[in-house]
Amino acid sequence: MSDFIDILLTAGFWAATIRIVSPLIFGTLGELICERAGVLNLGIEGIMTVGAMSGWMWVYQGGDLWTGVLFAACMGAVFGLLHAVFTVHLGLSQHVTGIGITLFASSLSYFVYRMLLPDATTPPKIVPFQPIAVPWLSDLPIIGEALFTQSALTYLALLVVPMVWYVLFRTPVGLAVRMSGENPVAVEAQGINVLAVRTGAVMVGSAFMAVGGAFITMSWFDAFYFGMINGRGWICVALVIFASWRPGRALLGALLFAGLEAIQVRAQQSAGAFIPYQFFLMLPYVMSILAMIVMARKTKYPQALLVPFRRGERV
Amino acid sequence: MVIEPRETVSVWRAGLAPVWAILASLVICAVLISWAGASIPTAYSLLFKGAFGSAFALNETLTRSIPLIFTGLAVSVAFRAKFYNIGAEGQLYAGALAATFFGTGLVTLPPALMVPFLVIMGALAGGALLIVPVLLKTHLKVDEVVTTLLLNFVVLLVVSYLIEGPWKDPASLGWPQAASIIDEGVLPTLLAKGRLHFGLIIALFMAVIIWLMMRFTVQGYEIRAVGHNSRAAEFSGIKVNRTVIMTAMISGGLAGMAGVSETAGLKGYLTLDLSPGFGYTGIAVAMLAQLNPLAVVPAAIFLSAVYVGADAMSRAVNIPTYIADVLVGVSILAVLCSVMLSQYRIRWRA
Repeated sequence: MSDFIDILLTAGFWAATIRIVSPLIFGTLGELICERAGVLNLGIEGIMTVGAMSGWMWVYQGGDLWTGVLFAACMGAVFGLLHAVFTVHLGLSQHVTGIGITLFASSLSYFVYRMLLPDATTPPKIVPFQPIAVPWLSDLPIIGEALFTQSALTYLALLVVPMVWYVLFRTPVGLAVRMSGENPVAVEAQGINVLAVRTGAVMVGSAFMAVGGAFITMSWFDAFYFGMINGRGWICVALVIFASWRPGRALLGALLFAGLEAIQVRAQQSAGAFIPYQFFLMLPYVMSILAMIVMARKTKYPQALLVPFRRGERV
Repeated sequence: MVIEPRETVSVWRAGLAPVWAILASLVICAVLISWAGASIPTAYSLLFKGAFGSAFALNETLTRSIPLIFTGLAVSVAFRAKFYNIGAEGQLYAGALAATFFGTGLVTLPPALMVPFLVIMGALAGGALLIVPVLLKTHLKVDEVVTTLLLNFVVLLVVSYLIEGPWKDPASLGWPQAASIIDEGVLPTLLAKGRLHFGLIIALFMAVIIWLMMRFTVQGYEIRAVGHNSRAAEFSGIKVNRTVIMTAMISGGLAGMAGVSETAGLKGYLTLDLSPGFGYTGIAVAMLAQLNPLAVVPAAIFLSAVYVGADAMSRAVNIPTYIADVLVGVSILAVLCSVMLSQYRIRWRA
């Protein structure tokens, strides 16, 4: 137990938590935007893989880091468009389409990686985003190292949370997105095109997911491995439910999970001798299920989630 | 763009939908093949030969189709009731765990009893893994897709723990694998040469049983009714929750059998690479079969041929084997589209 408190008091733990939280923030916000518009996006796991591969590959082929992130976001948006065409325009099952997109997107990423690097046995590396120390704020004890000595993408992740909240809850665009997820008929009555709003939301959300994937290969690590996303996308889907579709709570949930992962890595070193490491690795998945159970009774799903909208059709 | 239902859906239009889907998937993969610098006809003929070209190839293709028939059946039963069980991968490993637990010396029965015993235990384990997700769905409305997916990761870690720890075979020279299934529990091979085993007979038997159940029994009718319109089913007196739970148990049980068949039939012992994603490919199998249990068999053989053939093709013309996984993913999307287009018409108007 005292080990546990020691862990919580180290700056290294908090720095790791903030670092690990970034992909979860991007992924969870991306899924949240899609679901607020009424579309469940189970393509997330594959879209994160696409982002991780394409952003990394862009830099490996000589591009610079920021255009790499942009490229990853664009690739994410392309797969988002595919998901939107199927689920929004053709009104097909959001569950099955999402799983199909995940299988397609992740296998295509692996295929492209192998095509471009056929002989790579050890994964080649890039120079990833470097930590930037914010002048004098980074000198603060604990908080300094945890919050103000991170890479630019992490700062971006933390900035994006209030931005998404502002757009969703304080702008007409955000209102249209949320209404498309609650009452699409009313949106249409206002003369706003529901299909266009949903398509846009799914594309933007998917771009977020891809940036989350890109963070893993371009800031957290410096190489692309197979199976690298390892269920993070599914955890994000659970986090959206845990957060009751609110960006602020999504940040909170993501922090909780990132903290758990950071503790897990450190506890493995101290308690690894008598608790097998597999049980530590299990924690995020088990906690995700528990989080959904805890929130199940309280959550209010967007009313039109999973319901396709066809213009002129009676509901 | 306006989508409107067709007045009549001819039988051949509906029946041909999966064929169109397969053709579309092959065309999309052809783009990747030509990018890899291979000639498309050569690549596809190599794939075909690799899967069906010799007695050995055919034997391999049928052997690999066995787990896919089980997982395909598992998914089709569940999807019929709109219970989206994406956890067949985890349930397969749960079945394999049960086979290893009971089949490595704990219980010894004559072969005629031992094999059915292991299959039943595997089915129970697979079903047991779905108890939590299905109860969460029926009682708390928690989406089953996420819970079943997350459980896949949990089960794999349990397997990893057991075969590196308490169940590790001391004779395995440090390799993480469990002890071998005792001879009484091993599924016999069907032919003198090759790996094709008795699992195929069980899989085909289950396909027929599930087809009969869905088509001719009250339970099957209830499953279909709940899937079509659960509110209407509720009003007509069907106990919807009970039906969904029963569906989940059948589905998990079928996926669990896949694990028994792979452990006791193919490998002989449990490892972490027992299934290269059979649970997920099962979704493509079920979709291509349009959730029809009998059609699952040819769909499973087709996708198994793609995997076996892609191995041969990639060796010969240097295309990454991931092409097979791409085709599986694309085929799910393509079949969704083609089935819809068989029932609806798209009109373009300004």
